[in-house]
Amino acid sequence: MTSLDTGLSRADAQNAAREVRKRKVQAFLFVVPLLVFVVLAFVAPIATMLYRSVHNPTVANLVPETLAALSDWSGETLPDDAVLTQFAVDLKRMANDRTSGQIADEINRALPGMSSVVKATARSLRRVDDADLATNGAALLLAANDRWAEPDTWRALKAAGRVYTADYYLTSVDLEHTAGGGIVQRDTQIYKKLYVKTLRMALIITLLTILLGYPLAFYMAHASDGLANFLMVFVLLPFWTSLLVRTTAWIALLQTNGVVNSTLMATGITDAPIEMLYTEFSTIIAMTHILLPFMVLPLYAVMRGIDSSFMRAAISMGSRPLGAWYKIYLPMSLPGLSAGALLVFIISVGYYITPALVGGTDGQMISNIIAFHMRESNNWELAAALGSLLLLLILLLYWLFDRFVGTDNIKLG
Amino acid sequence: MKRFPAYYTFRHIAGHYGLRLFAFLVLIFLMLPILVIMPLSFNAEPFFTFTDGMLALDPDAYSTRWYQEFADDPNWRLAIWNSFAIGIASALIATTLGTLAAVGLSSPWMPYKRLITALLLSPMIVPLIIIAAGMFFFYTRFNLVGTYPGLIIAHAALGVPFVIITVTATLSGFDRSLFIAGLSLGARPVKVFWDVVIPLIRPGVISGGLFAFVTSFDEVVLVLFLAGPEQRTIPRQMFSGLREQINPTILAVATLLVVLSAALLFTLEALRRRSVRMGGSG
Amino acid sequence: MKKNLTLLATLALTASPLAAQDLTVTSFGGAYGAAQKEHMIDPFVAETGTNILFEDYGGGIAEMKAQVEAGNIQWDVVDIEVIDLERACAEGYLEVIDQSVLPAGDDGVAAADDFIEDALANECGVGNIVWSVVFAVNTENGPGPQTIAEFFDTEAFPGKRGLRKRPQVNMEWALIADGVAPEDVYETLATEEGQARAFAKLDTIKADIVWYDSWSQAPVLLNDGGAQMVQSANGRIFAAIQDDGAPFQIVWDSHVYDLDVWAIMKGTPNKEKAMEFIQFATRTVPLSGMQDVAYGPTRRSAQALLPESVKQDLPTAHLDVGLKADGIFWADYGETLGEKFNEWLLQ
Repeated sequence: MTSLDTGLSRADAQNAAREVRKRKVQAFLFVVPLLVFVVLAFVAPIATMLYRSVHNPTVANLVPETLAALSDWSGETLPDDAVLTQFAVDLKRMANDRTSGQIADEINRALPGMSSVVKATARSLRRVDDADLATNGAALLLAANDRWAEPDTWRALKAAGRVYTADYYLTSVDLEHTAGGGIVQRDTQIYKKLYVKTLRMALIITLLTILLGYPLAFYMAHASDGLANFLMVFVLLPFWTSLLVRTTAWIALLQTNGVVNSTLMATGITDAPIEMLYTEFSTIIAMTHILLPFMVLPLYAVMRGIDSSFMRAAISMGSRPLGAWYKIYLPMSLPGLSAGALLVFIISVGYYITPALVGGTDGQMISNIIAFHMRESNNWELAAALGSLLLLLILLLYWLFDRFVGTDNIKLG
Repeated sequence: MKRFPAYYTFRHIAGHYGLRLFAFLVLIFLMLPILVIMPLSFNAEPFFTFTDGMLALDPDAYSTRWYQEFADDPNWRLAIWNSFAIGIASALIATTLGTLAAVGLSSPWMPYKRLITALLLSPMIVPLIIIAAGMFFFYTRFNLVGTYPGLIIAHAALGVPFVIITVTATLSGFDRSLFIAGLSLGARPVKVFWDVVIPLIRPGVISGGLFAFVTSFDEVVLVLFLAGPEQRTIPRQMFSGLREQINPTILAVATLLVVLSAALLFTLEALRRRSVRMGGSG
Repeated sequence: MKKNLTLLATLALTASPLAAQDLTVTSFGGAYGAAQKEHMIDPFVAETGTNILFEDYGGGIAEMKAQVEAGNIQWDVVDIEVIDLERACAEGYLEVIDQSVLPAGDDGVAAADDFIEDALANECGVGNIVWSVVFAVNTENGPGPQTIAEFFDTEAFPGKRGLRKRPQVNMEWALIADGVAPEDVYETLATEEGQARAFAKLDTIKADIVWYDSWSQAPVLLNDGGAQMVQSANGRIFAAIQDDGAPFQIVWDSHVYDLDVWAIMKGTPNKEKAMEFIQFATRTVPLSGMQDVAYGPTRRSAQALLPESVKQDLPTAHLDVGLKADGIFWADYGETLGEKFNEWLLQ
């Protein structure tokens, strides 16, 4: 582009460009403080979690000498006595430092059942004196438990000693390494089933919120302003009420001697109370209740802008109401429907609190197992791997949301 | 009696009333659980169920003992204080930083707008359990776990998206020429910001701040992972109460929280109306 | 305006109505927690002016492990079951306690002689109570099972069974119900076949189990009809019968008895204060107060203070039908069986 074409002098163009740049920088500077804050407070933690899912230096830090001695080992036969003795010496040191529990847990993750072997051996080695251990370590180790004579055990130790590993991802899709280095299904299949169940429950909840939310939003959108505003209070009040309060309410309603069962029994519908609390059913119904406003609000916002005279016209010309709705109204309300559906689906896939409180054992979702590995089994690397997979799933959904609905369209209350 | 168009058949009318009935049933489904806990919180017995006496409206079956217990328990008192302190502090941080950023983001000159907006809104989308795990790993390194600053920072990050959304919405109805006019009269941008922009977008800022406050006030997952015993909050106290020992004190707290959220709802509604009156789209 | 906001935030953070806590003591809550508060915490606070934050937890070692591994110690003193103690101590989550500083009993007998043997057996803990895991039935709906074998018999005794969600005690019970002699239980559980046998037995009642996380839930489940019979710490049921007149019956058959000890979190900055508290809480009179919830004190001098009427409700009166919980076994097998147990739960 030359200055001649636009009628601008070169100097003018430069000035304009400088002005644009200045405004860009000005706008950007407003955002910088928050950007720095969000990166430090939020993005960095997520990155740490991703890193943690492939990085575990615990064993490498605990027994560096044993691992160095194992590095040349072929993996086919029992490692030589020098390796075994070195490990026996390490194990005694760890028993005295009270770190033998850590290595036991780590080896146990590579080879289930090893924890008790390591701990019992460490306990017995504590009483052996150092000189004896340095000469007879290998024999003492083999005498303590038969499992030390199996190459599998040492392969597990070597595997646990790798600082960077994808093993936690394998575990989180129910796979494991074989002795030969191949990858096979684990005996117990847990996580894949749990992901599928989580998606299934999220889908059911989404469908239920559509089933309940669409007619309600439709009715409210085409009611008079006064009535709509009045009814909106009944949608917004639950929306604004604490999640814990709503979950508490469902516990009160669904428990064995709770309000629902008492009503059912008083009206003679059942003789004995029905088990509803601590099941998948209670999780789904409570979550449907909690997430329904997220469906109704975007639907209502879109439907409010639809001119219902099209529908009336179609009906007046003899179209059946459902047919008219399907052909004319549904396509027009689709933006609200997809926004609500994706929002509800995304939120329910990652839900934790409600399943934890009302889910019992069969209402648990993937978030609950992540929390379990964070807080109860303390397998933080596996929790990080499971969390990373869940994050991937959510980002995919978020990307879909942004593509089809647009984050600009998120409206509140 | 509503008048229907002449071409409506009986089935149309039945459909109309059917829809109305269904809508009311859904509204009952939404409200009933919240309403049910209120009378239960006045139960004289230590259960979550209506006793025969309560159903017979016997005054002796009702009592305020759970409210008394709530007021007397030092753990609950600590939790109330923590919830407000952490909520207010994190909302202030989120609102200050979020308002500034929203001003930048709604400028037509903002570079990488889409990407940055998506990033800043992402705390709303990423499941809390993932945020909690990540923060636990990361904050531990800086000794922020089990401290007030750690929890406040964490909650501020969660509140940011709500501030961005509400303030950008107000700004989209904001006449930028006012800002330009201020500048052209020779005022410094910061002064124009405080004297011209802020008063105009104040409803959006306040409702964003309220959203951020409520987000923190209601949040329990991060609290479970990041708070020590001294930082217990109301939801944390309710969560452990529900897992360990269900007694109607929790219902008393729940009832009070419903009243609080009703108050918040009406505040927000008033703000929205004010914002609409001032030309924003709220 | 900005200055005002900062000021407000600073004020909000510093104007706490409660002074910083000097000591965080963690225990199991419920009726037991209330007894500890009355006889140990409150008198200690009154005597020393220490601020104590009394926190509940559900047992197990996970939270201690998380705090130590993250290097972020939140608790100071913790009440821990001996079934978990050996493991927590061996894995370095607890401080070693100097037992020589424990005061003599009120009758002047030195601590080493006054405490029963098991109470000071582990270097990380000081014995607090003798208690037991029993099962209890709600007699409102007729008589319930009277032996552990009947507890596992869903045909003769239908209804939900409340069990605490962990392998400990449940696996022991499964084997005893399956015919293993109590003295052979831990030996059997150490083998793969024995473990499979225990899970197979648990499978037979799996559909009827309601799992709970914390002892304080046991009497609640029995009360609200969530379960017909529950596993429980004996004191919780005792308190429900005694204080609320609940129609419960304690079944002592095959009860698994254990000690609870006070221990100190490894690396706590308040170690001295924590030790001061333990010295106080394990004196004769505070210990004898645990009879409120039918737990036996671990000092002979405190046992002497118990009225005759209470003694039949204590685990010590039923040792002949009980099994002693093996902390060493669970130190070695806790992780392995914990993992298997959770996989079994999710199947």
